[in-house]
Amino acid sequence: MPTVIVDGREIEIGAHERLNCIEAARRAGTEIPHYCWHPGLSVVASCRMCLVETGSRDAATGKITMVPKLVPGCQTPAKDGTVIVTDSPLVRESRARVEEALLIDHPIDCPICDKAGECLLQDYHFQHGQPQRRADLQPFHSRRRDVGPTVTLFVDRCIMCTRCVRFTREVSGTAELMVTSRGAKEEIDSFPGFPLDNKLAGNVVDLCPVGALGDKDFLYQQRVWFLKREANVCGGCATGCSIVTEHNQDTVYRLKPRENPHVNRWWMCDDGRYGWHHLHDPARVAEVTRRAPGGESAVDWPDVVSRLRADLAAAGGLAVAVSPMLTVEEAWMLATVAREIDPSALLALGPVPHSGTDETYPGGFTIRAEKCPNRRGVEAVLAHFGPGISRWDDLLDHVRSGRAKAVWITAAYPAPWIDAAAAAPFAGVSCLVVQDLFASPLSELDGGGAVRWRLPAVGFAERAGTWVNAGHRAQCFEQAIRPPAGVWPEGRLLWNMLGRRGLYDPAVIRAEIAAAVPALAVLGDDLPATGLDLRILQLAATESATHT
Amino acid sequence: MKPTDPQIVWLEEKPLGLAERLYLPLFVQGLATTARHMVSPKVTVSFPDERPTVGNPLIYRGVHRLNKDEQGRVQCVACFLCATACPAHCIDIVAAESPWPDREKYPESFQIDELRCIFCGMCEEACPVDAIELTSLLDLTGRSREEMIFDKEKLLSVYDITKDAEPMKSAGHTTASATGGHAP
Repeated sequence: MPTVIVDGREIEIGAHERLNCIEAARRAGTEIPHYCWHPGLSVVASCRMCLVETGSRDAATGKITMVPKLVPGCQTPAKDGTVIVTDSPLVRESRARVEEALLIDHPIDCPICDKAGECLLQDYHFQHGQPQRRADLQPFHSRRRDVGPTVTLFVDRCIMCTRCVRFTREVSGTAELMVTSRGAKEEIDSFPGFPLDNKLAGNVVDLCPVGALGDKDFLYQQRVWFLKREANVCGGCATGCSIVTEHNQDTVYRLKPRENPHVNRWWMCDDGRYGWHHLHDPARVAEVTRRAPGGESAVDWPDVVSRLRADLAAAGGLAVAVSPMLTVEEAWMLATVAREIDPSALLALGPVPHSGTDETYPGGFTIRAEKCPNRRGVEAVLAHFGPGISRWDDLLDHVRSGRAKAVWITAAYPAPWIDAAAAAPFAGVSCLVVQDLFASPLSELDGGGAVRWRLPAVGFAERAGTWVNAGHRAQCFEQAIRPPAGVWPEGRLLWNMLGRRGLYDPAVIRAEIAAAVPALAVLGDDLPATGLDLRILQLAATESATHT
Repeated sequence: MKPTDPQIVWLEEKPLGLAERLYLPLFVQGLATTARHMVSPKVTVSFPDERPTVGNPLIYRGVHRLNKDEQGRVQCVACFLCATACPAHCIDIVAAESPWPDREKYPESFQIDELRCIFCGMCEEACPVDAIELTSLLDLTGRSREEMIFDKEKLLSVYDITKDAEPMKSAGHTTASATGGHAP
C-alpha cells in the first residue's frame, strides 16, 4: 500500500486512489486551508492558500528530499513516499501573507454580510491570519449587481477563486459566468444577455467561500448562526437529493445540499432548493373536519383515531390510495390499518406526478420528471401486501364499479394534483377520506348524504422515515421542524390507529418491515448517512452464487 | 484574538499570605467597613418622591434608544449582533434591503421587550455602528405588557428625548466600514 507522510505521521492510501495533498492530509486529520479547490470541480491552484512543503522519501534508502519551494496542495498528487509538511514556519508565514493580500481589497462589512459565520475568509483569517492589519482601513461598501434571477453578486467581496465560473462550465454546462478584466481589476460577471438562469444556479452560492454570491431567497432573512441544521432528503423529485434543512423556530429558511457521492454529489437543483415555501403557506389544511348529514364539525385528533376507523368500517368495501410522498414506514402502517379494517381492502399506489422529462447535466446531476420521492418504496410495501401492485386507475375502476364504498386517499402533494373532473367519480362513495396539504376539488367534494373527512398532511421537513429514490437507494431521515400547530403527521395518526403506545418511532416500524419484507431487509440496520442500495443484499447473493 | 496572542498577558492568582490565612485581619477589615457606613451620610432616596441623581449618564444603563444619523434615518444596519449578544433574548429584528442607496440593509422592524431586558448593556457593546445605546432614563413604567415592548418608532423617539442631554457616545469618531457606509 502506498504510504504518505503528513507532518511526520505515516498514513496508507489505496493502491489506485488518486488523491491530492489536501485529501491525503485530511485522511491524516490535518486540514489544509483552501479556497479555489473543490472536490467536484477542476483544479486551478489560483488562491495559493493551500501552499505546503512537499518532498519525497526514497523507498530504498529512506532518505527524504524536500522541494525547495512551496507547492499548492490541491495540484500536487500524493503518491507513495510523498512527504507533506503543513505547519512549518514557512507555510504559516505564506498563509498569513495570502490572508493579508486578500483582505487589502475586501470590505470589512461582516456585520451586514450574509456569509458571516460560515465564511472561509473569516475562519481562515482567525486561524491563519495575523492579528494586526497593516493596510489602511478604507470604509466602503460592496458594489452589488444581479447575475441572475435568483443570485446576486457583491462584487468587492469576491476573492476570485472562480469556483462559480468553473461550476457553470463543468457541472451545469451553461457557462453563463466569466471573469472580466484582469489583475487587480478582475471581476466575476455574467456574459451580456446570458443571465445565470439555469436550474442548478443556486449551487454557486453554496460554492462561494465568501459572501460574494448571495441567494436572493435567503438574503437578509436570518443570520446563519441562528439556524439549526437537520439532515433531510429532498422530496421534490425521484432523485431524492441528500440535503440539510436549515431552520429556526419551526420555520425553514433554506435548504442546502449534503454531500452524497451516490445520489447528488455536492449539488441540488433550484426546484428543490426553493421547494420548501409550501410548508409555510397559510392556506394549508390545519384541522380535521368531518362532514356528515348532520353538518360539518371539527374533530379533535384523539377522536379521529376511533371515529375514522368506525366510519371506514361501517361503509364496507375499502380502497386506499397510498401516496408516493409517504415514507416507507407510513405506507406500511397505512396498509396494515387498511387490511385490519377490511381484509380485502384495495391498496393502490397514489397518482405519481410527472413534469417534463428527466434533465441530466454534464456534471452527472439529474433532475427527474417523476416529482415524488418514494414511488419505489411504496411499491415495495404494496407488493408485499398484494395482490400485485394496484395503480390509481385500478382504484378508479373500483370506485366506478361501486366495489369501493369507502375510499381513503393520502396525497400530501405540494402542487395541485386533481381537478374537478377527475374528482367527480368519487361523488358516489359513502365515506371519503382525503388527507392532503391543501384543499382540492376532491377534499371539497359535495357529500350529499355521505361522510366526508378532510385531514391535514405534512410536508417533507415535517416527516421522519425512509424514502427510496429512483436509484433504489433507501435514505432515512429525521423530522426537522414541527408541523403547524394542531397537525398530526401521518405517521403519528397511523401509529395511534394501530393501537401502539407512546410516541411514533419510525425505527420500530422499520425493524418490523425489515423482518417481514425480504426486498426491504436492509432497513433492519442503521443506514449510513448516504443511504443504502436496496439491491445490495440481492447483489451480494448473486455475487456469491457466481463465485461458488 | 487567539489565546496564544502575544498581546495577552496571562496572570496567576497570588498564593494566600499569612494574614489572609489567619482570617482575623480580614474580619476586622470587614467590621471597619460596616462601622464606616453606619456613620457616613445615607445614599438611599425615597423614590418616586425624591429623584436619584445619576452620576455619569454616559455609563448609566437605563432605557434603550436607537440613534439616528445626520439625515434622521435609523443608524442601525440590522446586523443582529445585539440580538446575538443579548442574554435575555429580548431583541427581535426583521431585516430588509434598505431603501437608501448608500446602505445595504436596515431594520424593517426592531423590537425590545423591556420587561425581559436585564439592562446588562451587552447590546450596546456588541453594536458595530453605535446604533443602540442605553440612556439614563430610569423610571420605566407601563400599564400593559404590550406597552412595554418598544418598537422602532418608540426607540427612535427615546433618542429625540435624550439626544441633547446625552449626545451619542461615539460622536466625533468615525465608525469603521462595518456600516457598509459611504466611501469618503
